[in-house]
Amino acid sequence: MLISLFITCYNDMLFPETGKAVVRVLERLGHTVEFRRRQTCCGQMHYNTGYQRDAFPMMLHFLEVFRDAETVCAPSASCVAMIRDHFPKMAEGAGDASLRQAVDDMLPRVFEFSELLVDKLGVTDVGAFFPHSVTLHTSCHAIRSLKIGDKPWRLLQQVRGIRLIELPYREQCCGFGGTFAIKNPDVSAAMVSEKIRYVLDTQAEICTGVDNSCLMHIGGALSRERAAVRCLHIAEILGASGPNAQAGGAA
Amino acid sequence: MSVRVGKADHAPAFPGAAKRLMGNTQVRQNVRRATDTIRGKRAKVVAEMADWEELREAAHAIKEHTLRYLDFYLEQFETNCTRAGGQVHWARDADEANRIVTGLLQGRGQNEVIKVKTMTSDETQLNVALHDAGITAHETDLADMIVQLGEDEPSHIVVPAMHRNRAEIRQIFLKKMKLQELGDRPEDLAAAARAYLREKFLRVKAGFSGANFAIAETGSICVVESEGNGRMCVTLPEILITMLGVEKVIPSFNDLEVFLQLLPRSATGERMNPYNSIWTGVTAGDGPREFHVVLLDNNRTGVLADKEARETLDCIRCGACLNACPVYRQTGGHAYGSIYSGPIGAILSPQLQGMEHSKSLPYASSLCGACYEVCPVKIDIPEILIHLRGKLVESGYPPLAERVAMKAAAVALADGDRLAAAQKLARLCQWPFEHEGQLRNLPGMLGGWTAFRDLAAIPKESFRDWWAARSGGKNA
Repeated sequence: MLISLFITCYNDMLFPETGKAVVRVLERLGHTVEFRRRQTCCGQMHYNTGYQRDAFPMMLHFLEVFRDAETVCAPSASCVAMIRDHFPKMAEGAGDASLRQAVDDMLPRVFEFSELLVDKLGVTDVGAFFPHSVTLHTSCHAIRSLKIGDKPWRLLQQVRGIRLIELPYREQCCGFGGTFAIKNPDVSAAMVSEKIRYVLDTQAEICTGVDNSCLMHIGGALSRERAAVRCLHIAEILGASGPNAQAGGAA
Repeated sequence: MSVRVGKADHAPAFPGAAKRLMGNTQVRQNVRRATDTIRGKRAKVVAEMADWEELREAAHAIKEHTLRYLDFYLEQFETNCTRAGGQVHWARDADEANRIVTGLLQGRGQNEVIKVKTMTSDETQLNVALHDAGITAHETDLADMIVQLGEDEPSHIVVPAMHRNRAEIRQIFLKKMKLQELGDRPEDLAAAARAYLREKFLRVKAGFSGANFAIAETGSICVVESEGNGRMCVTLPEILITMLGVEKVIPSFNDLEVFLQLLPRSATGERMNPYNSIWTGVTAGDGPREFHVVLLDNNRTGVLADKEARETLDCIRCGACLNACPVYRQTGGHAYGSIYSGPIGAILSPQLQGMEHSKSLPYASSLCGACYEVCPVKIDIPEILIHLRGKLVESGYPPLAERVAMKAAAVALADGDRLAAAQKLARLCQWPFEHEGQLRNLPGMLGGWTAFRDLAAIPKESFRDWWAARSGGKNA
């Protein structure tokens, strides 16, 4: 299958290792990956902060770039949630029937990374080897908007050598929330401080998830505390293989 | 018209108020413990219901229908309530509602009134107006009584004294009830409250209540509660006054079937409220001889006019969104500067008051969606928060630095090549802040991030650079 990677703007710049891991996993499964370099952003930050007017051209740009793509994969649940929940609303609000049609045509082809693997490609065992203890933060958009359920957990269960540990209060927000973390820094910090306490309680070496935005927040707080736990996107765990696989990468 | 929601017009912005309140570790511990308990109870009784999602859908549909024909149902309620011997008063705003209630009590020579818990009268600050008119209001709900005696503000819609623990309540009772001795077991505190209240129930001739529902078809009022104080307040006095927001009307008695399953489970994790009082007008020889209903607008019709946000008025004040909210969990209710706190407060207060007040509230959320998930009437709170943020941005509310940054980002994100150039620029600019691979002390608004967390330095090679090198520009 030809899979078009929507890396998302912040992964592109801040978490290139996640993108490389997505490519590695999909190619290992025998698929072809393409990257359209005109791609930019889904518009989520602008939309959620109240700059809906600025998000609109980003939606148009996304639709144009990926118009003829067979399957689009994004390693970020919140960006996929933006596309699925808000693109139809924005097109509807513009009162443009052809735009609405373009969005409706696009949506069934857009997948979050773990959705793509489990739902579209029908695999849970991607041949990964990762000999570390891991806990999973289920990010808010993944569970409440995409209704992703236990898909990430099932993918992780098939990884050789992994030891999975459940995170207490795993469905509670880490306090990132995009510009919330900057506009309400004290509350956001209090939320992440509760979150990292649960992460530390698991005694896992790695905290993973399907959104690098949450992991950047949790990881940033852990780093400030000089804690030894590291955050790693699920793609980087699923992309690890071979007996010498090391926990590497970003966050 | 003077629209007022509690004392919110004097409220400080949310970030600062939250910071100050989070310094009180006792409050944080009380709130965390209490919300964990209610969340657990709610989850258990909701899981028992096979048709929970259908009930939520039904409740949403009933509310949407009622709001669409609100004028019709309100007049139907007025007609039927009047026919049953009640008197209906219409109040445009908080001051008018308070004047009506004060006038009714003064006209009948009453200088005391016993009250059932009601958020609506907190919204209009009725107790202050009564006090100014020389009338003493006695709150009879245990938690509201604790708030009143403690000269405090409610911090939760359903559990107004959530921020207090047993030891603090004991201190308030000792001081205000002028007791010599008091234990700190729940039964000791309840016994003290009972002795204190019973005398008032038996003596005071005027009662005041809010309403959970007003039934248009029959002209009836429904109040649900847990302690029995409400039943006393609506049956023992000679004159009863009920104040409610216009959105509390529902079309028919049958609709209660839906709401009385959803409300107690969502509010307190109970299958049914211990006391469900439903009455219609007055009945000769039984209960109050005089019954008045005050229907309050206080800009609810303004909310109704915004079709993107009008479902805010579906709210049945169960408080489930507060208990589920990870922000409320840290700050408690007082940070919201309004008697309506938590996620519902963040959308309700700014809309009732107009956007010049409570402007920081729509941003007091990480948009995690936990509120929408538990809402028994399916109010999409995150969507409404985003909608209100949009209105704030259109009105030029955010600081200039933010607006410029957002505009610059929008320009950079218009095209892949521009984005690549912006990435290179960001990488060049980070060196003054880089320390052992982490960014520290970032300037401006980004400083909010680095005050509490590290941020890994931007890697030397972006994904798009890596891809270009790997594929020799293929797939471009």
